[in-house]
Amino acid sequence: MSNATAVHHDAHDAHPTGIMRWLTTTNHKDIGTMYLTFSLIMFLVGGSMILGVRAELFKPGLQLMRPEFFNQLIGVHALVMIFAALMPAATGFANWMLPLQIGAPDMALPRLNNWGFWLLPPAAILLTLPFTLALFGIGDGAVATGWTMYAPLSVQGGIGVDFAIFSVHLLGISSVLGSINVIVTILNMRAPGMTLMKMPMFAWGWLITAFLLIATIPVLAGAVTMLLTDRHFGTHFFDAAGGGDPILFQHLFWFFGHPEVYILLLPVWGFMPQILQTFSRKPMYGYKAQVYSLWAIGALSVVVWAHHFFTVGMPVPALLYFMYSTMSISLPLAVLFYCWIATIWKGSLSFETPMLFAVGWIILFGIGGLTGLVLADVAADAQYHHSYFVVAHFHYTLFAGGIMGIMAGVYYWLPKMTGHMYNEKLGKIHFWLTAISFNMTFIPQFFLGLAGMPRRIPDYALQFAEFNMISSIAAFALGLSQLLFVYNIIMCVRGGKKATDKVWEGAQGLEWTLPSPPPYHSFTEQPTIK
Amino acid sequence: MVMQFLKKAGLGVLLAMLSMAAHAEFTWNFPTPATPMAMDTLHVHNKFMVIVMIIFLVVLGIMIYSIVNHRKSKGYKPATFTGPSTRSQVIWTLVPFAILLYIDFILMGIPAYHSVVMMEDTKTNADMVVKVTGSQWRWQYEYMSGDAQGIKFVSNLSTPQDQIDNKEPKGEHYLLEVDNHLVLPVGKKVRILLTSTDVIHNWWVPAFGSARDAIPGFLRETWVRVDVPGTYRGQCKELCGKGHGFMPVVVDAVPEDQYKVWVADQKVKLAAASAGADKVWTKEDLIANGKNVYEKNCAVCHQITGTGLPPAFPSLAGSKVINGPIFDANGKVLKDSHLDRVFNGKNVMPAWKNTLNDTEIASVITYERNSFGNKMGDMVQPSQVKALR
Repeated sequence: MSNATAVHHDAHDAHPTGIMRWLTTTNHKDIGTMYLTFSLIMFLVGGSMILGVRAELFKPGLQLMRPEFFNQLIGVHALVMIFAALMPAATGFANWMLPLQIGAPDMALPRLNNWGFWLLPPAAILLTLPFTLALFGIGDGAVATGWTMYAPLSVQGGIGVDFAIFSVHLLGISSVLGSINVIVTILNMRAPGMTLMKMPMFAWGWLITAFLLIATIPVLAGAVTMLLTDRHFGTHFFDAAGGGDPILFQHLFWFFGHPEVYILLLPVWGFMPQILQTFSRKPMYGYKAQVYSLWAIGALSVVVWAHHFFTVGMPVPALLYFMYSTMSISLPLAVLFYCWIATIWKGSLSFETPMLFAVGWIILFGIGGLTGLVLADVAADAQYHHSYFVVAHFHYTLFAGGIMGIMAGVYYWLPKMTGHMYNEKLGKIHFWLTAISFNMTFIPQFFLGLAGMPRRIPDYALQFAEFNMISSIAAFALGLSQLLFVYNIIMCVRGGKKATDKVWEGAQGLEWTLPSPPPYHSFTEQPTIK
Repeated sequence: MVMQFLKKAGLGVLLAMLSMAAHAEFTWNFPTPATPMAMDTLHVHNKFMVIVMIIFLVVLGIMIYSIVNHRKSKGYKPATFTGPSTRSQVIWTLVPFAILLYIDFILMGIPAYHSVVMMEDTKTNADMVVKVTGSQWRWQYEYMSGDAQGIKFVSNLSTPQDQIDNKEPKGEHYLLEVDNHLVLPVGKKVRILLTSTDVIHNWWVPAFGSARDAIPGFLRETWVRVDVPGTYRGQCKELCGKGHGFMPVVVDAVPEDQYKVWVADQKVKLAAASAGADKVWTKEDLIANGKNVYEKNCAVCHQITGTGLPPAFPSLAGSKVINGPIFDANGKVLKDSHLDRVFNGKNVMPAWKNTLNDTEIASVITYERNSFGNKMGDMVQPSQVKALR
C-alpha cells in the first residue's frame, strides 16, 4: 500500500514547467506563493496610489490632480489594500502553512484552490481598468465613492462603479472558495492525534475567519447587486422616491464591513502568538483563553456594525446598543493582549526581525485598539466620525495590526519557504524605518482629525497645513522603506545562507520538522501528535 | 570635523523646528466648545483620552520591563508556565479584566449614556427650527418658525477658484468662507432639521460638537445652542462627490437684538425680490444678473466658460436644450425645455425651483441663452417663472 502511494506521488511530481506550471498548479505551496506574490505587487500598487494622494495633500491648494481623480485614488487605494493586498496575503499564508502545521499533504480541495487564486488577477484588473479606459476617453475613471460605495453617490457615479461591483463579486467568490477550502482542510485533514484544542493558533484564527467570510461576503454581494440594479434596471432599493432608503446600503455594507476588519486581523492574531513563543523560547500563554477570545470576537463582530455610521441618525436605544456592544469587544481583545504579553513575560527573548515586528505590532495595534474604544462613544464619535482621527485609527489597526503583522509572518516563514536566510541587518533596518515613518505619518493625522479636518477632501484650510506636510513627508519615507522589504525578499528567494530545518532556535510546530524548503509534497509519512 | 558638521546641522534642524513651531498653528485637541454639547463632548473625550493613555503606558511599561530584562543575551532562563496555576495567579489575571469592565460600562459607559440622551433630545424647549438642505455642493438654510419664518437662502463657497488653483495667495479663511452665513441668536436652542436633494451630506461645525447626515428623501435632526457670540466654521464631512471639500458651513452667532435687526433686514430683501419678480426686466439687466447667479451656482459643474466637464456635466455651448424653444404655441412650458430643466432638474442636474427665486431663475436662463456662443436672443421674465409655481 505504502509503495503504491509513493509511485502515485512520483507521478504527481511530473508537473508542467514554465507558465503552465503556475496556471495549472494544484499544489498548495505553488498557490500560496502566487497569493503572496500577488499580494506584494498589489501592496505596491495601492501604496503608490496613496502616495499620489499624500503628494496632493502636501500643501493647501490643488497642485497635481483634480478632485474627481483624487476621489478615485482614495477609494481604489482602500479596495486594493483590503481585497488585493491584505486578504490574499492571509490566504497565501493559509495555503503555505496550514497543511504543514496540521500535518496534511495538501489543501483538501486543490482545484478549487487554483480557481480561487486565478479569480484574483481579473478582479484586480477590473478594479483598475477604468483608470486606463479614461485615458482613451472611455468613461470618467475608476470608482470615486470611497471603498464604501455609499448610495446614492454610487448610483450617480460613472462606469467605474460598475467595474468595482463586478470586481467585488469576483473577489468575494474567490474569498468564499478559499474559506470553504480552509474549513474542509482544517476539519478533515489534521494529523492523527491533533484534536481541535491541540491545533496551532493560526489554524484557529483562520477557521473563524473562514466562517466570518462565508457569513458576510454574500451580504456584500447582495448589497452591490442591489446597487447594480438601482443603477441600471430601475429598482429603488436605495432611493426614497421609490420607497427605498439610502441607509439600507450602509447597514448591508457594514454588516459585511465590520466583520471584514476581523477577517483581516484574525489570521494575524493566529500566527502572532506562534512568533512570540518562538522568540521567547517559552510555551504560548493561555491557549484556551485565546481560542475562546477569538470565537467571542468573531461572534461580536457581526452584531456591532452600526457603529460605523452613528451620525446618520438612529433611535437612542439603537445608539446605546451599538455603543455598548462595541465597547464589549474590548474584553476578549484585552484577553488576547494579556496572553500575548504573558507569552513574552519571563521568556528568553531575542530580537530577530520577526520578533521586532511582533513586538512593534503589539504596541501599535494597541494604539489602534484603544482609539477604537474611544470611537465607540456615540457623543464623541460625532466629532471623530469621518475626520482624520478615524483615518489614523484604522491605519493603526490595518497597517500596524494587519500589514506589519503580515510582514512579521513573512520574515518568520521566508527561510522555511525558500530554504535561505534573508538579510537580517536589512530586515532590522526595514522594521525601524517602517515603525518610525508609520508613526510620523499617522500621529499627526490624529491631531488633524481632532482639529476638525474631514477625511476624503482634496484640499484643506490653512490651519491644517503643518501636520499635513509632516504626514506627507513621512508617508513617502514609509513607502520608500517598503522597497527594502521587496529587495530583501527577492534576494532571499535567489539565494543566501542555507536555512536549517528548524530555522529558529525556539521554533515549535510541525512545519519546522520538515526540510527548508519543504519537499513539493510535504509529508511522505503522516505525522502523529501525542 | 564630522562631529562639528553634525553639531552645526543638528543646531540648524533644531532652529528650523523651533521657528516652525513658533509660526505654525498646531492644534492638539478639539476647538474651543461653543455649545453645551461640544463642552460635553470635549469633557468626555479628554477623560477617555486620559484613561486610554494610562492603559497604554502601563502595558507599554510592562512590555519594556520584559524586553529589557528577560533577554537571552543576558542569559535569562525562560519560564515554562502556560497559564495561571495558583489561586492568587488566577485572581491576578481577573483583575485587569475587572478593571476593563469597570472602565467600559461604568467609568466611560455612564457619561456616554448621558451624552447620547442629551445629544438626541432635539425637541425639549427648542426655541426655533432651521431646516438645512445639502446639495452638490452647497448648503441651503430655511427658517421654519418665529419671526424669521420664511427666510431662506443658499450658502456657497466664496473662496475664488484662483486661490484654489494657486494663482493667488490664499486668504485667512481659505475654503472655510461662504457668501451667505447662517445667522443664529446666542443662547437659543435651535432645532436643526436636515435633508438633502441628491446624495448624503453631513453638516458639521466642530465647535458645536454636533454632526448629522443630510439624507435625500428623509429628515434627520440635531440641535445647537451657541452660548458664545462669534463666527464658527465647519465643513461637509460625508464624501459627496468632486465638490466634497468645497462646501463649508459658516455660522454667525449674534446677540438677540442684532439677530432681530438681521431678520428685519432679510425680510426687506425678500419683499424686494418678490417685487422684482412682478416687474418687467430688460434683457441687459437679466443677463447681468444672470451672470452673477451662474457663477455662484452653475459654474462649479458647467464651468465659468460654459464648456462643462463631459460626460458627467454637459457643455452649455451649442446645447440642444438651451438652443431649443421654451414655450409652445399656447405659451405653455415645454417638457425638457431649458426652463423645465433648470426648474425641475433631471438625473444629476438638480431642481432649482426651491433653491433660486424667480428672478434668479429667469436671469440665469436668459444669460445662458445669450452666452457661450449661444445666440437665441430671447429672454424669460421672472413673472413667467412665478406662473409655474
